[in-house]
Amino acid sequence: MIEISGLTKRYGPHTVLDNIDFTVESGSIAAVVGRSGAGKSTLFRCVNLLERPTSGTVRVDGQELTHLPGRELRVARRKIGTVFQSANLLRRLTAAQNVALPLRFLRLPDDEIQQRVYDLLKRVGMLNRANHYPAQLSGGQRQRIGIARGLATRPSVLLSDEATSGLDPETTRSILRLLTELRDDLGVTMVVITHEMDVVRSVADVVAHLEHGQIVEHGRVGEIVRRSDSQLATALLPSEPAPAPVDGEVVWQLRYSDATVDPNWLSRVSRELDTDIALLSGLIETVGGDQAGRLTVRVSAALSPTAVAGAFAAYGIHAQVASPTEELVAS
Amino acid sequence: MSTHALALGTPWSGVPALVFPALWQTAEMVGIVMCIVVSLGGPLGLLIFNTSPRGLAPRPRLNAAVSWIANLGRSLPFLVLMATVIPFTQLVVGTTIGIQAAIIPMSLAGVAFFARLTENAIREVPPELLDVGTAAGASRWQIIWSIQLTEALPGLVAGFTLNVIAMIEYSAIAGAIGAGGIGYLAVNDGYEQFDAHIMLACIGVLILIVQVIQFTGDRAVRSLLH
Repeated sequence: MIEISGLTKRYGPHTVLDNIDFTVESGSIAAVVGRSGAGKSTLFRCVNLLERPTSGTVRVDGQELTHLPGRELRVARRKIGTVFQSANLLRRLTAAQNVALPLRFLRLPDDEIQQRVYDLLKRVGMLNRANHYPAQLSGGQRQRIGIARGLATRPSVLLSDEATSGLDPETTRSILRLLTELRDDLGVTMVVITHEMDVVRSVADVVAHLEHGQIVEHGRVGEIVRRSDSQLATALLPSEPAPAPVDGEVVWQLRYSDATVDPNWLSRVSRELDTDIALLSGLIETVGGDQAGRLTVRVSAALSPTAVAGAFAAYGIHAQVASPTEELVAS
Repeated sequence: MSTHALALGTPWSGVPALVFPALWQTAEMVGIVMCIVVSLGGPLGLLIFNTSPRGLAPRPRLNAAVSWIANLGRSLPFLVLMATVIPFTQLVVGTTIGIQAAIIPMSLAGVAFFARLTENAIREVPPELLDVGTAAGASRWQIIWSIQLTEALPGLVAGFTLNVIAMIEYSAIAGAIGAGGIGYLAVNDGYEQFDAHIMLACIGVLILIVQVIQFTGDRAVRSLLH
């Protein structure tokens, strides 16, 4: 479990992080999203204590880390494993030697290091690449080694900074699957800093949106996507701009408001209203374990808007007439 | 100077007896100097880099001071440096001529040179790699040893090669103060006594050893890069 409270970082007159409060429960995966310049990298560097925050605290399993003196801080850092953007492997060390590095710093006996490195490489599926140098590995393989190295000291929190940026979609998925497996098997708490909404959709339990050094929105991913006025929700499930209306028809924007929606809702609402419903665009996904959907449909203008909205509402779907003049902003 | 005068000198059969001992003296001089250079210049280079803003313990004033000292050793042409430090040489080794006397100015110039070469090699290590060490709970010494020096090794070996060649060159200049070695032989017997055979042999030997050292250094660097 990691608790960040009141975290503030200033560089001269610039406040880069402004009073960040953020708690991640043991064994869950939290994503921190934001545009570049929002303060994500500074948050990363403050949480793994590469830099001391100006004020505020970072607690891992109840231990406050920000005020520890040098030597104790070094020991405490091992509670937080770090996965860097583009892995940051040492070029002159083999995959196995890279994974062993944090254990050498710990001065563990050689046989224990070997055993742990073997287990870690097996864990991330890289045993057959143990003696390869980073230059001989693909981006995804390098990142697997980076993850194994991050886990070497058996941290309770794994912090990852844009670990999948620059990887192709297939490799990104395999890395995200690995992270989820590690969380499930080892119970590691994960904080994933990213600008990719795909990452949030596929692995995160909770998400925080960082903007101008502040968390402007946060919550469970499954719950956030059902919010109506949420920037994050729109970014997570982008909706198409409303199409131009057709005479005698009304365009409706639909949004799942319940966590579980009867998958037959479209045909059922159609029967209940005794009309055709034209499906114009839509996206239905399972996000954070819940169903989420955003769709655009067209219904005859002859029907009463209240009746239409009511029919959808009965299936846990929030419906509103799309404004014809103003386009919905897709992220 | 006539061609006749140039042709005078030691017969070819007598050349090895003069060249080989001189070569050995050069090796001895450069060897001793390089030991001093690596053991003082290496740490000095690490200190310069790590007290700089990008280093592990930025100390602007200390950095400026150490950097200034390293520049001092490199600002004078070697011949001038050698003359400048004569009193210091006298103080340390008790003489101002011979191999011992040459070792002092050569070491001063060499240490300053190697400090810069070390600093440059370590600067090439991506700064994110230092974060890897810090985040994994490494001490500064562990980062210096396991990350900076490990990653910079090919650059350090290339620098060492460059330094050895520079020291061979300086040992020849040090021939001017009777330092012995191949340079002394070339200047004293070859040039000043118009001994063409000695001169040619010295030139040949110098070209050969520099080529061999550079080749060996390049091979070593290649084998260290992965």
